[in-house]
Amino acid sequence: MNQETWAETVNRKIRARENAAHKPLFTFSLQYDPAKKGGGWWVPLLSIASALLLCAMFIWANGMNPFTVYAKMAKGAFGSSFGISETLVKAIPLLLCGLGVAVAYRISVWNIGAEGQLIAGAIAATAVTVYWPDLPGALYIPVMVAAGIAAGAVWGLLTALPRTYFGVNELITSLMLNYVALLLLDYFVFGPWRDPEGFNFPGTPIFSLDQQLMTFSGTRLHYGLIFALAAVVLFSLLYSKSRWGYEMKLLGANPLAAKYAGISVNRHILLVMLISGGLAGLAGMSEVSGVSHRLMYGISPGYGYTAIIVAWLAKLNPWWMIVTSLFVGGLIVGGYSVQTIGLPSSMSLMLQGAILICLIGGEMLGKYRLVRRGGSGK
Amino acid sequence: MNHVVKRFGDVVANDRVDFSVARGEIHALLGENGAGKSTVMSLLSGIYRADSGELFVHGERVRIRSPRDAMQLGIGMVHQNFRLVATLTALDNIILGEKKQPWRGASWKRKKAKEISELCEQYGLQFPIDAPVWQLSVGEQQRVEIVKTLYRGADIILLDEPTSVLTPSEAERLFMTLRELKQSGKTIVITTHKLKEVMAAADRISVMRKGRMIASLDRKDTNAKELAELMVGRALNDAGEVPAGQAGAAIMAVQEMTVLADHGYRALNGISFEVKEGEIIGVAGVAGNGQKELAEAIAGLRSWASGTMTCLGERMEGASIRRRIDKGISLIPEDRMKSGLAGSLGLVDNLMLKSYRGNERFRMGVLRNKDNERWAAQLIDRFDVRTPSLTVPVRGLSGGNQQKLLLAREIDQKPKLMVAVHPTQGLDVGATESVHQMLLDLRDSSAGVLLISEDLDEVMRLSDRILVLYGGNIVGELSKTEIDKDRIGRMMAGIGDSEEAAR
Amino acid sequence: MDFYVFLIIAAISSGTPLLFAVLGGILSERSGVIFLGAEGTMLIGAVVSCLTFVQTNNLLLATLAALAAAGGMGLLHAFLCVTLRANQTVCGLALTLFGTGLSAYLGKPVAGQALAVAVPRIKLPWLESIPFAGRILSNLDVFVWLSFALVMLLYLYMYKTSWGLHLRAVGDNPATSDVMGLSVSVTRYIHVVACSMLMGLAGSYLIMVYSPNWIEGMTSGRGWIAVALIILAAWNPLYALGGAYLFGGLDALGFRMQLMDIGIPSYFLKMLPYVVTILVLMAVGWRNRNKPSVEPKALGIPYMREQRF
Repeated sequence: MNQETWAETVNRKIRARENAAHKPLFTFSLQYDPAKKGGGWWVPLLSIASALLLCAMFIWANGMNPFTVYAKMAKGAFGSSFGISETLVKAIPLLLCGLGVAVAYRISVWNIGAEGQLIAGAIAATAVTVYWPDLPGALYIPVMVAAGIAAGAVWGLLTALPRTYFGVNELITSLMLNYVALLLLDYFVFGPWRDPEGFNFPGTPIFSLDQQLMTFSGTRLHYGLIFALAAVVLFSLLYSKSRWGYEMKLLGANPLAAKYAGISVNRHILLVMLISGGLAGLAGMSEVSGVSHRLMYGISPGYGYTAIIVAWLAKLNPWWMIVTSLFVGGLIVGGYSVQTIGLPSSMSLMLQGAILICLIGGEMLGKYRLVRRGGSGK
Repeated sequence: MNHVVKRFGDVVANDRVDFSVARGEIHALLGENGAGKSTVMSLLSGIYRADSGELFVHGERVRIRSPRDAMQLGIGMVHQNFRLVATLTALDNIILGEKKQPWRGASWKRKKAKEISELCEQYGLQFPIDAPVWQLSVGEQQRVEIVKTLYRGADIILLDEPTSVLTPSEAERLFMTLRELKQSGKTIVITTHKLKEVMAAADRISVMRKGRMIASLDRKDTNAKELAELMVGRALNDAGEVPAGQAGAAIMAVQEMTVLADHGYRALNGISFEVKEGEIIGVAGVAGNGQKELAEAIAGLRSWASGTMTCLGERMEGASIRRRIDKGISLIPEDRMKSGLAGSLGLVDNLMLKSYRGNERFRMGVLRNKDNERWAAQLIDRFDVRTPSLTVPVRGLSGGNQQKLLLAREIDQKPKLMVAVHPTQGLDVGATESVHQMLLDLRDSSAGVLLISEDLDEVMRLSDRILVLYGGNIVGELSKTEIDKDRIGRMMAGIGDSEEAAR
Repeated sequence: MDFYVFLIIAAISSGTPLLFAVLGGILSERSGVIFLGAEGTMLIGAVVSCLTFVQTNNLLLATLAALAAAGGMGLLHAFLCVTLRANQTVCGLALTLFGTGLSAYLGKPVAGQALAVAVPRIKLPWLESIPFAGRILSNLDVFVWLSFALVMLLYLYMYKTSWGLHLRAVGDNPATSDVMGLSVSVTRYIHVVACSMLMGLAGSYLIMVYSPNWIEGMTSGRGWIAVALIILAAWNPLYALGGAYLFGGLDALGFRMQLMDIGIPSYFLKMLPYVVTILVLMAVGWRNRNKPSVEPKALGIPYMREQRF
């Protein structure tokens, strides 16, 4: 009985306090909502802007005017028809590799080996020209494409197999294989495949015309563009319409539910790495056959890594990747153009990293929402 | 005198709840699943922060913003899912929050071990102090939790659903401990939905329903019937007798099934049983005696160490999950959001989970969007799933609607054998009833159902036969006419009558 | 005999940066945060160290600057992954890309410039009389001794102090640790920053001792090997020692064999550490295939307190 009275007393006290206390009209607070989609279209734009700002500080600290530098970059990438065609040329491997990593990332397979897979594709495509010099002309491109895709896929598989059968983290494997591929490339271009008439230039002889991808008239822009665009269309159709796409969607949303539905996660990891590697291998093939027309030292200025940014900036959406690959391609071309004013081309790498960091931060900030709590509402 | 009063404005989980507990009493907070009991406990222990309202401890207004604040006020909580670090020893877990004395050599550890052993002895709580927690039984882990709160100097001990993981005899032992604690001046609050326990152990009882505090009563002034009515909110008509099913031919026979648990010990130890068409087999037992592994092994999510499973004349123990699905084996998983549904996807995608391989969902490999939506709308209508639209992410639905969605999907597959694990856990009365009806309808359509549940009342009500699992063995099998709660309770505790165990 | 002594000395020398980085990684992962920014952070450490040394000619200052700069990277990672709860994998990748770019940018003026660093060595003449081991131990530089000390200190820290207990608890079960009054965020911040500082130290060692001139991307995958070694070391500082020297030894062995000209192209010898990393991880994976993982349970999962929908 005693307690009842106590509770009543307390309640009375509270009521009295409530009547007396000053009530704020409303208060705001930031509340984290994990279910909320991280922001809209403005998040990537804002991240790019803040990354530019961040890097501007470094440039400024280096005694340069960041505006001049950025203007120079923009002009170099998009300011002339030459610049635009160069940007497009860079965008092709980025788009292919970006699609490749995006396929994997959608089911949380962290392939960062696109670089190695690209190199493997380039080496295999070149091997066709080295070991079968007498193929009928029209056969070269299809065979080289097949070889490039196959080699990239095998390189991807080398990452996937340890993951599925030994539980080895694919991040580490794929990255280690990048170095292996790079050393393999060095071996070939400094060793057995070096052009005997190349004045010690570390590269193979120039491909014959049959072995080169056609270019759009008068530019360096090659038909690899068609591969890339076709891949975008195929990717988005498969993803939204096919059974495989449904399985991928499920695996991405809840791997346990997918397992419960009888979907083999391991099989998908293998498949995804095959596709991922194949696309990167195709990019490698189109680089040697469409751009440099030979296998040479430093065939890729880090396309495989940059592709990660292309994919993430587009939120893994294939259509957006067309836009982001152009943007990032422009960054690379712009990076070359600032060399004329004494800045290293790694400028663009720094910018890319900064953009990715800001993007991740921005996306997560977008998950917070402003909440009005308490106060006069009720 | 401790008085805890709590009011809320916005959060529906607890709607302006007033609650008070007196020093030195065992106070039971009674309510159905989802009534808001655990929320009250979490607020008192600082895990959640109240949106509004006030809190008093020992008559002082206090603010509890973190578990640490609660601890300083002498409030300790034993959670339903124990808050123990599995890889650390019991000792390390108990002293985890202690910050004094950074250096911890051997002599310090010895001193602490002694201190804690003494504490254990004082209240008759026994467990191996130096073993990693994951090696302890559930009952032992609970004792570690209680000692932990005592060691940290709690006067007020909150226990959230402490008996849900215990056998009847272990629960009895727990209540003895609680009474002992009360004697030494501690205040105890337990939450439960089991009326029998409340009447046996509590001094005072507060009843919650749908986030509101309905009543606060002395045990001597009330009775089980009144409490039940308060809890459910309407006069309780005895849940109707369920007519027995018509058992037909065997659908699945399991022989000498042995399955390993995650840590490598035998979760199931060569068990054999049969499921016939048109019957519901209940599997009773305290959590952690092999139920989870049983369900997973039948569905193919866990591999078998040995034994055979014959399903409609086909050996299935090594079959892939997919083949089992094709064969008509369906699983209602224990945690629907963890493995049964994809929370971020919409209703249509979730309904397609099992049937997407068929040609009804795809034409020539191309998704039939329109048809699928129509089909999904029909199912949702038929199974009474309430949703704003077909495309909202299913994690936004209520637990009951999620479960109905899951069952709709599984039943639409016309399964031959359904394994349902805790199918009504966390559901309100209405949803529970419809889930039960769905299972019974499925049985009457001559499918077999294996119902694995910790809710003994549910198992006893629905089952045509009951298997009791203990320590990975089937320690008893009872037909519908033999069902007797005390006997099952004994078996669940491993005290099977020898005649039953021998079978 | 001489061959082995030199090989072991070389192994220690190329294993030490790995050791620093692995120790750091263990701290971070034990608290439940994956730090994949190792490569980028080491590069930043190296380049800042190099720039500071060029300016001041002071080894201590150069090292401290590396620690500070790398600590900044760690702080950024902690902010993104602990406070904002971003995906730790992607965030680490971004950090590596950023670190690689920024270090190349900053290091451009000093690229290829040889540094005249004199790292003090601790001479212990009385040890020299011990055969074999004496010759190795009697002439090691301060960094190596520092790394030995760190291994011991971190081991004691993790298993013999309350802070270590808190660290292990937070990494295994943050929710429980939170309830027990430990701050998950603070623990993670501290250990991620400590991790990145150790990685900065690794970078500093690379440029001050191992190869004293700045080359773009000079870590050539060591950061990633370190990440792999964390798994090999089973998150235990003592095992880290063995793992780091094993890989240091491979590196050194490859280099030696190149000098001996045994007919295998050097490119293949240089692949050795990378290939062996994969093979070792596969072996570890195979050995542990049926065992419960020793990996911290909450690794990679951001912690949220009021997880209510």
